[in-house]
Amino acid sequence: MSKVKSIEDLMKIKEKALKDLQLRDAGKRGKITVAMGTCGIAAGAKETLRAIVEALAENNINDISVVQSGCMGLCEVEPTIEVRLEGQEPVVYGHVTPENAKRIVKLHILGNQIVSDLLVRKGEM
Amino acid sequence: MPLTTSTILICAGGACISSGETSVKEALQREIRKYGLEEVVRIVETGCMGACSLGPIMVVYPEGVFYQKLTPQAAEKIVQEHLLKGRIVQEYLYKMPTGEAVPEAMDKLPFFAKQVKIATRNVGYIDPGNIEEYIARDGYFALTKVLNEMAPDQVIEEVKRSGLRGRGGAGFPTGLKWELTRKAKGDRKYVVCNADEGDPGAFMDRSVLEGDPHTVLEAMAIAGYAIGAQQGYIYVRAEYPLAIERLQIAIAQAKEYGFLGPNILGSDFSFDIEIRIGAGAFVCGEETALIASIEGRRGQPRVKPPYPAQSGVWGCPTVINNVETLACVPPIIIKGADWFRSIGTPTSPGTKVFALAGKITNTGLVEVPMGITLRELLYEIGGGSSTGKKIKAVQTGGPSGGCIPSEYFDTPVDYESLQKLGAIMGSGGMIVMDEDDCMVDVAKFFLEFTVDESCGKCTPCREGTRQMLKILENITSGEGTEEDLDELERLGTIIKDTSLCGLGQTAPNPVLSTLRYYRHEYEAHVKEKKCPALRCKALVRYVIDPSKCVGCTACARVCPVNAISGELRKVHSIDNDVCIRCGSCIEVCRFGAISKVSP
Repeated sequence: MSKVKSIEDLMKIKEKALKDLQLRDAGKRGKITVAMGTCGIAAGAKETLRAIVEALAENNINDISVVQSGCMGLCEVEPTIEVRLEGQEPVVYGHVTPENAKRIVKLHILGNQIVSDLLVRKGEM
Repeated sequence: MPLTTSTILICAGGACISSGETSVKEALQREIRKYGLEEVVRIVETGCMGACSLGPIMVVYPEGVFYQKLTPQAAEKIVQEHLLKGRIVQEYLYKMPTGEAVPEAMDKLPFFAKQVKIATRNVGYIDPGNIEEYIARDGYFALTKVLNEMAPDQVIEEVKRSGLRGRGGAGFPTGLKWELTRKAKGDRKYVVCNADEGDPGAFMDRSVLEGDPHTVLEAMAIAGYAIGAQQGYIYVRAEYPLAIERLQIAIAQAKEYGFLGPNILGSDFSFDIEIRIGAGAFVCGEETALIASIEGRRGQPRVKPPYPAQSGVWGCPTVINNVETLACVPPIIIKGADWFRSIGTPTSPGTKVFALAGKITNTGLVEVPMGITLRELLYEIGGGSSTGKKIKAVQTGGPSGGCIPSEYFDTPVDYESLQKLGAIMGSGGMIVMDEDDCMVDVAKFFLEFTVDESCGKCTPCREGTRQMLKILENITSGEGTEEDLDELERLGTIIKDTSLCGLGQTAPNPVLSTLRYYRHEYEAHVKEKKCPALRCKALVRYVIDPSKCVGCTACARVCPVNAISGELRKVHSIDNDVCIRCGSCIEVCRFGAISKVSP
């Protein structure tokens, strides 16, 4: 039997497939860079990365891209991430555990407020 | 939960495959496995992205970094540096003519920035083997809309209002074609997609079929609904195996999802598509010859009328549309005729895909709004001359088209303007020529093609083009007379007026248009026995400048016919009766002592 019988079926497929496609277009509003140097990975950056991607997906945020970078040089406070939103100064957070990552997504990405207890630096380097 | 953080789109168009895409892809997969990135990096093979001269190419998202001229080693480096460490690998970025790399996203490259993509909107972006990616880009929503909300007449009205014209060359209004076929009497009707792309250098149809096959299927189903057909054929040439393979996959998927077959989307409309593979005769792109070939007969044209709209496949009313034309239909249905009309010019709305070839920096496929000037197309998008010499002319429309000299490069590209210049839009091939190209030689090249491809059914085309070619051969070998030029014009006009089909009716165009704009080059050949571009072998001599020759013997050693004589450290000379004008001596001479002269 055919998989699509109505426009509702078609919409469902589109929404699902669009999520995959939008990953390619992500980054329209901003991006989160996860420092994935050896130090970052040793400090748990892989889990942080996973938590960020999951948190974005849970909240249906698809205009933020997640990219990896090398070590930012702040090995002391790893895992570190940088949040760069369109038209705002970049913000670097430290000690970003998976729990903290979820908090950053909720407060900073959704609520547009800086999570001050994790703040490492504000502004361009 | 999607965990993909990077997606690599690697171009798997025909050109990139031949330049080594497969080994690059394998190297990527190997490295990605090596570093355990399988879960977070996804590789998608797309259709042609258009920048064929840079291939193999790929784009790494989300950053949208465009990498070009890749090798397996490059792929390894990009995985290690870009994917693992987030550092862009400078050496494989596109370089501006000034030498600086462009680290920006792909859409900022001048080659892509000026393009407006309608027919090729998904080509190079989606995975052509995955119907769901097509759906994500509004695929099959036009068909759904048509079946749920529009009567067949409304569909035809919308396409008519959009002003869409056939992209195969002649520019016949698509909506009108549909209307005529709908109104024609007959129980059975057919939709045919003409994918018998044959102009030398044109490959936009292949690109759409390879990169976005579903758009053609969807448009054919819409056409079927509009005219009342239940069966469609895609006539595609056997030289396009990848296009055929992807079409077969797409048809199977469309059936599985219920976009083809009986009672589509629960309606009472049923539609099926079959592929018919042509043997590669140029004339089969002519619609009546194409129909004969679909029916299993020899591919020869017949007299029109009756037009296919009255009597096409198996004598039934048939609508025949080109691939690129069909690819414009779903967006027109979704976004409306007014949107389409807002792009392009009043008489030629929308966009056109062009294949840039010849002496141009960015060879490849580009889709631009109609009405763009040739200058913008060739210089801003095409990047200008690739040889450093001035662009002399551009040939549009392939063997049916004509040459446009650089004085007319401010002409807007639309059906009427090109026709006024003696050229045609054609299927969109553009061959760029510089000062080293001889226009008589160019005309001869295209005429050789049509003489070869003439089906032989009608005398003007079969015999007339052969006679024209003979005259051209005389002219290029220095045996032409001034009367020959008038004879070419007379013969060309008769062939145009009396040939049976489009092939013969347009075959003299390359000769007539070059005669019109470059008569002085023809005259130089017949009066002074001279080829100004130094191209026609019989009219060119090779000479050694005694003041530059140091007697190194390099030229004498490389000459394949021993035409060069001379002792070590003494000036050499060339025997032009023996010389075959291969040019090897010029290439090998380090002192610039050898040159061509005419006469």
